[in-house]
This record gives sequence, C-alpha cells and structure tokens, in this order.
Amino acid sequence: MVLWICCRYAAMIPRNLDLFGLMLPAIDVRQARKRYGQLQALDGVDLRIEQGEFFGLLGPNGAGKTTLINLLAGLALPDDGQLSVLGHDVVKQYRASRRLLGVVPQELVFDPFFTVRETLRMQSGFFGLRRNDTWINEVMHHLDLTDKADTNMRRLSGGMKRRVLVAQALVHKPPVIVLDEPTAGVDVELRQSLWRFIQQLNRDGHTVLLTTHYLEEAEALCTRIAMLKHGRIVALDSTQNLLSSLAGCRVRLKLAGYLPVTLLPQVVEQTDGNYLLTLPSYQALESMLAELRVAGVAVQEMTLQQPDLEEVFLRLVGRAC
Amino acid sequence: MLSFYSLLYKEIFRVWKVGFQTVLAPVLTALLYLLIFSHVLAQHVEVYPGVHYTAFLIPGLMMMAMLQNAFANSSSSLIQSKITGNIVFVLLAPIAYWEFFAAYVLASMLRGLVVGIGVYLAALWFAQPPLLFPIWIILFAILGSAMLGSLGVVAGMWAEKFDQLAGFQNFIIMPLTFLSGVFYSIHSLPPFWQALSRFNPFFYMIDGFRYGFFGVSDISPWVSLMVVGGCMLGLMLLSLGLLKSGYKLRY
Repeated sequence: MVLWICCRYAAMIPRNLDLFGLMLPAIDVRQARKRYGQLQALDGVDLRIEQGEFFGLLGPNGAGKTTLINLLAGLALPDDGQLSVLGHDVVKQYRASRRLLGVVPQELVFDPFFTVRETLRMQSGFFGLRRNDTWINEVMHHLDLTDKADTNMRRLSGGMKRRVLVAQALVHKPPVIVLDEPTAGVDVELRQSLWRFIQQLNRDGHTVLLTTHYLEEAEALCTRIAMLKHGRIVALDSTQNLLSSLAGCRVRLKLAGYLPVTLLPQVVEQTDGNYLLTLPSYQALESMLAELRVAGVAVQEMTLQQPDLEEVFLRLVGRAC
Repeated sequence: MLSFYSLLYKEIFRVWKVGFQTVLAPVLTALLYLLIFSHVLAQHVEVYPGVHYTAFLIPGLMMMAMLQNAFANSSSSLIQSKITGNIVFVLLAPIAYWEFFAAYVLASMLRGLVVGIGVYLAALWFAQPPLLFPIWIILFAILGSAMLGSLGVVAGMWAEKFDQLAGFQNFIIMPLTFLSGVFYSIHSLPPFWQALSRFNPFFYMIDGFRYGFFGVSDISPWVSLMVVGGCMLGLMLLSLGLLKSGYKLRY
C-alpha cells in the first residue's frame, strides 16, 4: 500500500521537479573525468546548468567540449564522476536521460539510404514516438526543409544536411537541447533561421547548451558561459559578468601630433599618428583628453571600443589558442 | 519497444532499398554454383543412395547463401554506420543494448531466410529435393542465420575499416563455409580432413539442414542441433556482452 502510494506520488511529480518539488538542474556534472590514452580530455569538470538557460560552452580545439557533450549523450562513458540530465544519471538511467536530451552532433553525418522525411520518422521511432508527422512538419518548416522532405539525403547540400541534423535532434521535443557547433560552415541565412528557432524553443522553456567558435554568437545568445581549457573549466559566469570582468574600455585615436609621454604606458598599438589605448574606466577618458589639450595635440578622430567576449576568451585561454 | 521496432524497420528498409544487391545477387550466385557443379559432377557423384547430386547440392547452397547473407547484413550495416558516422543516431536514442542486438540479428535472419527461400525457389527449376522433415529445415535455417547474424554484429563492432571486415569474411567465413560439406559429404574426405571438419560449426548447420530434406546425414541431427545451438548461444552472449560494454561504439 505504502509502495503504491509512493509510486502514485512519484508519477504525479512533473519530470522537471525532484521528489520535494524543487527544480532539478537541466544538466548536472560532478567531477567528470575522461582520459584517452595519454590525453586527459576532461579533468574533474563540475557544471550545473539550470532549466531554461541558454548556456554557452567555449574553449579552443581539444579543450574537452565535445568530450563533455559525448559523456552527457552517452556516446562515451566517463572514467569517473557523475553526469545527469534532469536528475537522470546518464549511465544508470540512460534511457530516461537520452529521452530528455536532443544532440546536434558536430560532424556532418547522414544515412544515405533514406529521404529527409524517412530519416525524421525513423529518428522519432527510435525515441518511441509514433505518428509524429505534425511536429516533424513543423520542424521542417522552421528549418526550411519542407521542399526537401522527399529528397534523398545524399542529394542535399552541406547546409541542408546540417539542417536535417538539427531536425533529428528535435524530433522528440527534448527539454534539453545540445548544439555542438551547429553553425560551423553554414551560410548566414541558415544561421539566422536556426537561431530564431532555437531562441523560440528556449523561450518556450527548453534548456539550450551551445558550443561554438563564433564568440559573437555566444555573446548574443547565451545568458551564462563556461570556458574550458585542457579539460578544466577556467571560467564560469554570466555573460555580463564575464564581459564586465574586463573593466574599462579601449580608445582609438588619430592625432595631429605626438601622444604625450605620460599616456605612452597605456598604448596597445601605434601606427602613423593612430593610437590604441586602454583605459581603466570611462572616467579616465576625461583626464586623457585634458592631457592632450594641455599638450596642444588636436584629436582628429576618436572611437571607443567596448570589451567583447573574444577578449575575455583570449585572456582566459591564451592567445596561443 | 517502439525503439526496437523502429530500428528493426530501419534495418529491413535498408535491405529492401538495395534489394537487387542484397537478395537477387546472392540468389544468382547460388544458381551459378548449382549450374556449374551439377553439370560437371552430376554424372560422376552420388553422395547418398538415391539422391541425385543436383538435389543434394540445393540445401547446401541454400544454407551457404543464408549464412553468408545473414553475416553480411549485420556486419556491413554496422561498419557502414560506423565509418560514415551515422551510428550516432542509434547511439543517441534510448535503445537498450539487447534491443540493438535483437534488431540487427532479426533483420539479418530475415535477409538470410529470404535469400534461402529465393535460392530454393529458383533451384526448383533444376531439381526438386524432397522436404521430409520441415521442422529440422526451419530449425537449422533459423539457428544458422541467427548465429551468423550475431557473428556479424561482433565483426561489425570489431572492424574499424572495410579491409578488416573483408578479411574476416574472406579468411574466416568463406573457408568455413566451403569446407563444411556444401558440395560433398565429409565421408568422402580423408580421415584427417574428416576429423578436422568436425571442428567446423558450419558443417553441423549444413548437415542438420540437409537432414530435413533427405532424412539422411553424416551425423545425427540432434548432435548438430546441440553444436549449432551451443555456438549460437555463445556468440549471442559474446555479442550482447560487447554491446553492453559499448565495445568500439561508445568510446
């Protein structure tokens, strides 16, 4: 009787809450480690992504981003540590965790035997969904694939194949979507339509984990970002905090004369009367202009530059990357 | 279970899409063997009293085609998916390792059985072997194709290149098939080769299968059933164990 009541109670709890009605993290990674031969691909990664986040995972090639995604998706098995998707362990409860996860793989892979619609129907079936055509049609519509529904995968261009990969990851309406460099090598049109669709899904409550090499994409889309280097997280914060960690700004000047000696320590670049200077804050701009006025040097052009994610990225993971 | 049915459907659909190459081609190959060997040897060889050599050949060729195609189906599907990378779609899905195994093996069995039936129907034009014990025929056809389907899963997981799979096929499957008594009775072999043939599980499959047609065999069909059943079970456990561990699939 007690067991029956427990089972009934557990069945009534939405899948995004734990037994006490608290929000489960969309993704929870604890001390994940993975080694391939001599390479320590992941070295004790801890990461918690809340439901509804648009989360960015950045890092240079070989930092461990894809390894982490592979562990979450069950494509690789962890040497140590625990990973879960909405509270379901990816190894012990792999069926439940995989149902909740939609992964767009990095490589452009496809099954040459089938058409786009056949591919999406079969992928729906793999996730236990029958008669999923309404959603398949909607996904194809959002990804501009409707015209290609009955075309064999072999006949599609690279960009179209990439769209099908995204559609395959979404056929089962996963609450957690993982995009492993989905816009690598695709045209601007697809990139924009894809982001519109993914942002819509995110607004509807889907959690998104994105890895990308386009830092401006991560800056524009992600609310929080983790940076990986050599299998470790070197930064984990909101995008805004990461950007403001680079206090101050840069100013590009074109002068009708020489820069006063007192300002030389702030110079980053210098070419024929053009100077790029770093300032500790916007307030320092006023004193810099005052010094130029005192020195009698006229400003011909002036541009202010705000810090971007690329600077944060380069500072944290090193220019060599 | 829908995941399993979908994977099974995908595997069968794949065979159907290239049916010319997966079903018709092996039937034609078996018929060519039948045509050549029966024309050359039919007047000189009588393996079992009262059984025409052409009729004798048919069960062996059927079983050979079934075994080779059951093996080719699971192994080539897996290696192609691994090399092109589309295996990822199956690995990402909530499909249990035993569902994965069952779908690949059942699809292989189906292809093997369809090819076997195709060979039989086409061969009827040359000779009409009796069907004395259909239950033995069905039993060995199912066990043989399931065993080779399982072996195909193991080979498909193990191989990383088409070369390695071709090696497996050419240096293991082909010799075991040709030296299993498809074209002869092992009683016609010298004692050494006769003894060696008894270590070949393919011999038991063909001998037991042939018993179902003619009611005569080199060895008791019960012994063959035990050997084939044991090998089938061993390969099934090996294949399931490898799939469970993610051997060469989940790195």
